[in-house]
Parts: sequence; C-alpha cells; structure tokens
Amino acid sequence: MRFGILLGAMLLLGLGADVRAETSSLVDIVYLGLADTHTYPASMLDAPPRDQGVQGARLGVADDATTGRFTHQSYRLQEVLEANEASILPAFQRAAAAGARLFVTDLPAPLLLKVADLSEAKDSLIIDAADQDDSLRAADCRANVLHVLPSRSMLADALMQYLVVKNWRRVMLVVGRGPADQLYADAVRRSARKFQIRITTDRPWTFNPAAQQADTGHFEINTEVAKLTQGTSYDVLVVADEAGAFGDDLSYRTTDPRPVAGTQGLVPSAWARPFDEYGATQLQARFLRLAHRWMTDRDYGAWLATRAIGEAATRAASTDPKAIAAYMRSKEFELAGFKGAPMSFRPWDGQLRQPVLLADARSLVSISPQPGFLHQFNQLDTLGIDQPETQCHIH
Amino acid sequence: MPHPLIRKALFCLAVLLCAPFLAASASAERIFVSNEKDNTITVLDAQSLKVVATVPVGARPRGILLSKDGKSLYICTSDADHIEVLDLATLTVTRTLPSGPDPETFALSPDGKTLYVANENDNMVSVLDIPEGRVTTEIPTGIEPEGMAVSPDGKTIVNTSETTSMAHFIDAKTHQVVANVLVGSRPRFAVFNADGSRVWVSSEVGGSVAVIDAATHKVLHTIHFAIPGVPTEAIQAVGITLSKDGKLAFVALGPANRVAVIDTQTFEVKKYLLVGQRVWHMDLSPDGKILYTANGVSNDMSVIDVPDLKVVKSVPVGQLPWGVVVGP
Repeated sequence: MRFGILLGAMLLLGLGADVRAETSSLVDIVYLGLADTHTYPASMLDAPPRDQGVQGARLGVADDATTGRFTHQSYRLQEVLEANEASILPAFQRAAAAGARLFVTDLPAPLLLKVADLSEAKDSLIIDAADQDDSLRAADCRANVLHVLPSRSMLADALMQYLVVKNWRRVMLVVGRGPADQLYADAVRRSARKFQIRITTDRPWTFNPAAQQADTGHFEINTEVAKLTQGTSYDVLVVADEAGAFGDDLSYRTTDPRPVAGTQGLVPSAWARPFDEYGATQLQARFLRLAHRWMTDRDYGAWLATRAIGEAATRAASTDPKAIAAYMRSKEFELAGFKGAPMSFRPWDGQLRQPVLLADARSLVSISPQPGFLHQFNQLDTLGIDQPETQCHIH
Repeated sequence: MPHPLIRKALFCLAVLLCAPFLAASASAERIFVSNEKDNTITVLDAQSLKVVATVPVGARPRGILLSKDGKSLYICTSDADHIEVLDLATLTVTRTLPSGPDPETFALSPDGKTLYVANENDNMVSVLDIPEGRVTTEIPTGIEPEGMAVSPDGKTIVNTSETTSMAHFIDAKTHQVVANVLVGSRPRFAVFNADGSRVWVSSEVGGSVAVIDAATHKVLHTIHFAIPGVPTEAIQAVGITLSKDGKLAFVALGPANRVAVIDTQTFEVKKYLLVGQRVWHMDLSPDGKILYTANGVSNDMSVIDVPDLKVVKSVPVGQLPWGVVVGP
C-alpha cells in the first residue's frame, strides 16, 4: 500500500466500554473503495462529491449502532479507501486476515470480480454498493456477492413501464461513446422489446462535447441536436450518457418538441434528491446533517448495504457474520429502504429487489413498478431479470 | 333483485330512517381533522357531517389529541417544531408549547398534565409538562421515534422507532427504557388496550400488527393481512383503534385503502372495509358506534357504522388529512 490512503479511521460506534467487555457482540464492517480522484465534470454545476458512498456507509452504521444500543450489539466501520486499483486486493487480504468477513464495496465491476474470486473471500459476504452491471447478476455472478443498487435492466424496465403507462410508445435512442453507455443502451433495447416499445431511431452521439466550454458553443450544440433529431418520428428521446458528457444538452434543442429521459431528463434511479415520500424526508435530513450535501445513488447504496447487515444482525439476534449472511438471504429478511415496499434479495442472482424512482432534477415524477404490471410472486420482480430468465446459476 | 333505481330509493329511505339514530348518538359532537398539507384543522359537525370551520394552524399539523377536560385540542405542528393548543370554544390557537424538533405524534398522561412527544428527526421522546409549558426531560430512543402510547395507569410509556423497528417500553417515573421489543419493519403506532395488559403495534413496511403482552414484553401474536387483488406491498398498517367494548380492533392499511376489522380474542381478520385512499388514523364517536377515518390521498374522511361494519359516507376535508379526533 505504497500510495494507499488507509483511512484506518476505526470508527467505533456504540458504547466503547461494552465492546471491550463482550467482543463477541461486535459487528465489523469493512468499506472498501477507490479514493475518488478529482474529475472535471461536464458542467460546472453539481461537481460530483469526492466522498460519495462512504458517507452513506457512515450513516448506515450509525443507524445500526443506535438500534444496537438496545440489542447489545456494537458496530464498527473500517473505511479502507485505496488510491489505485492495484492496492485493492492486498487491502482486502489484510482485512480478511485480521478477521473481517463483512465487506461493503464501491469498486468497478472487473475489480469486484477479482476481489470476490480471492481464496480469502470464500467465506466472506461482499455487498456491492455501487455497480449496476447486468453481467454481475448474470454470467459473472458470484455466490459471495450481493448487489444493492438497481441493475441497468431494472432502471430501463422502470422507465419503459412508465412510457407504457403514458402511451409514449415510440422512442428515439441516442447513445454515447463510453462502454457504460453501450450497456445502458442495451438494457433500454431489451426492455423496449419486453414492454413493446418501438425504438424508431437508434443513433450514436458523435459530436465533440468540448464545444460546451467555448464561447458561442451553444449555437453549435443547438445545430447538432437539431440535425440529429431530424427526419424521424418519435414520442420521447431516450439518452444513454452515464458520464454526463452531453445528455443535458438535448432538451429544448430537438427538432420536434419531445421530452428527454434516460441518464438525463427524466431519470430512473435508486435515489433522487426531490424524493420525500414514505418517510424519505427523514433519511434525506439525516444525511444532509451528516454530510452537508445531498445523498447520491452511491451513498444510498452504501447506506442500504450497511443497513442490510444491521437489520440481519438485529433479526437473527447474532453478530456472527455467517448467521448475518444467512438471514440476509432468507425469506424472512426485509429491509425498509424508505421507498414503501419492503426490500429483499432475489435468491437467483443476489439482487436487492426494490422500487425505482423516476425523477428529474427538481421533482419526483413517478415510482415503478407502475400499477397494473403484475407478477405472480412479487410485483417488484417486474423490474429487471426474473428467475426464469436468469443466467446466474450459482445462488 | 329489485330494479337498481328501486334499490337506490330503498337505500335512501334506509339512510333517512337511520339518520335520527346516528344523530342521537352523535348529539353535539364535533370532529377535528388535521390536514398535513394545507396547515389547517377541519371542524365538522358530527350530526350533519358538514364542515363548520376550517382553522388555520402552524406548519404541517399531524398528530392531534383532545385534552382531558375536553376544552382544547393539542396539535403537533411538525414543521413549526412545536405543539399548538386550539381552544375549542373559540376555535383559535391560544397557546404554543415547546416540543423538541419535528413533533409527529404524542400521548397524554391519564392525569392530563404530561405530553410525551415523539421527535421524529431527533431520536428522542420529549416529556412536556403542560401547566409549566416546558420540556422537562428528553428520553433517547431508536431512530425516527413515531408511535406513542401511555398505559391506562400512567406508569408505562411505549414509543415505537421506525428505522430501529422496536417498541420501547419506558418507565414513566424514572424515564428509563425497561424493555425493547422487536416488531415488523417501520412501526408507526402503538395503543394500550383498556385494562393495560396488551399493547398493539402496527408496522408500515412489515404490513403487520404485533400484539405485545405489557407485563412480559413478549409478542403474543403477529397479525398479517391479505386482500385479494391488492399487492402485499400496498398493505401498510398504520393507525389502530380499539372498539369501546374491546372486542374489535380497527387497523388502517394505508395505500391498501382499507380498514381491517380484527377480533381481539382470536386475532382473526373479520372484514376489510373499503375507505378512501391512504387511510392513516381513526377515532370513534363517544358511544363507539361510529368510526371516522382520515384518508390522506383522497382528501376525505370515511364514516363507518361500527355495529353494521359498513362504510356509510365519505366527507371531503382539507389536503392530506392525517389525524382525526372526536370532541365536544
């Protein structure tokens, strides 16, 4: 760990004296992630916070510890943030050697797989709090990994269900150049087929986004978007631009007046700033107080992951990582994630089933599943990959 | 089957015939509904079910309670961070009491002198001395304290905390937490039965009701709900009202738009009554024959005939009705 920033801040929550007196009642959680390097955002507004994720974990463990006061369970969050990818595997090995078995990770998918495949990870529980990749829930699924944020398929299904309800059945799809944009677009295409939405035009975005920063650059973008959206008929423009390079530049510039949805505009997401229903006001307020900024999806993911551990420890009345992991995967497990319906892990791919919010920057538009989309067992399973179609055969 | 029109006529006749009985039982009562979104209390005449006044109060009124002398209504004005006292003779707010931040619900001691207030944003229960008008103690509980109840003898306070999913039993004298009972996810409401032997606790996300033995702090029974055609996720147990004779429990099921009627001996659900949308809290008429429900999304109040277990009427009130109280 030459360059590793080991924020070994052993955040000891709960009653210090108790922990030493009865060490068996301690739940040790390791948060493992890459320290955010500063990136230039496409817009000067809303620069991405550099402590995304870890703040959610801090709040989740603080929540767990409050409950723990009554159950005589203590919680300790160990924050391990490494500056580069090469340090992640050794950091995991060190933590596992020191006895840690419960991990919350914020890592890119290929690195997550390397961690999960370590021999030291065999009897650990890894809760992936950041990735949306469908592959991690399919061919690349791992028995020791659970996922708390919605997959891209779930996000796309949430949006397509809403388009069906609105009867906006013709979509123009505009796809960015990044690999993540391709994955997002694939999810939209699959979901469109599933919900009988017609993609009338499917176009890549090839324009150089640097024009935004130039004086009079907005003329160029206007012309480009007008050109791109000519000669086609559609109800809604769906954009796949996960990095936020151009998606915000589409609205109001299309040739026909059409709304924008997808990664920008009307966005399907796990969490959203304008969301205040189902007691969400309380979670938003608690997070604001702690982090002095709004909660992002990655914060929410880390909060869900640490709360899932706490909830399982409370209900199983145990601090044994094995018992916690077993309870979390059981039918009895249910997590209150401030979105109404109780959440639980799908046994077939380790995905946390949950409602998906549809919101723009300033207002909550809807919550999927939409009424009327029915399911034999759990309506939440109308979002994402259901048991009969799963390609994960490990769980 | 008679012709629909004839049936309609017969129904009208029945209502006309029944009206005097309803009226007799309702005498000069009034109904008070707190409207979370338009910052008002709707006052209805219980006999005519007509709105007689709409009283502006502080921001986000939620929990409401009648004082023991029946002269005032206590109102948790959550976003104003205090409790307001509405004088029922003049229908004006005459006094403001401190409560700690974000008061949502509360319970009154049997002597009428102490309010126990759940501060949702603060993980605290505030103990409020009403004559002195000050918070004397704060009791730390779980995350997002919500439901509050006081035992009939005044010796025990129960508080539910939503994210901790527990009912905390608190000694009213020492203010110490004596027991923590794990219940379904997001417990919203707690109520003692008349003899104080049991506590009923509803869980919103768990969609269940736990009946707890007040002496042993053990969950005696957990009641689950199933309504054909309603997804289980929509069944969210919130308000609970026990009938005057103690034989029935009414449980408001939120977005399931129904009130479940439960036999308190067998814990069987006898019936689901279809009411307005997102039914939240309820109250009984003094004779126990009529149940009123506050329906948050449809902005109305449903009127339920208790002996018949039938919903007889719905009355428009303010925006996002939260609580309902029957008073003089």
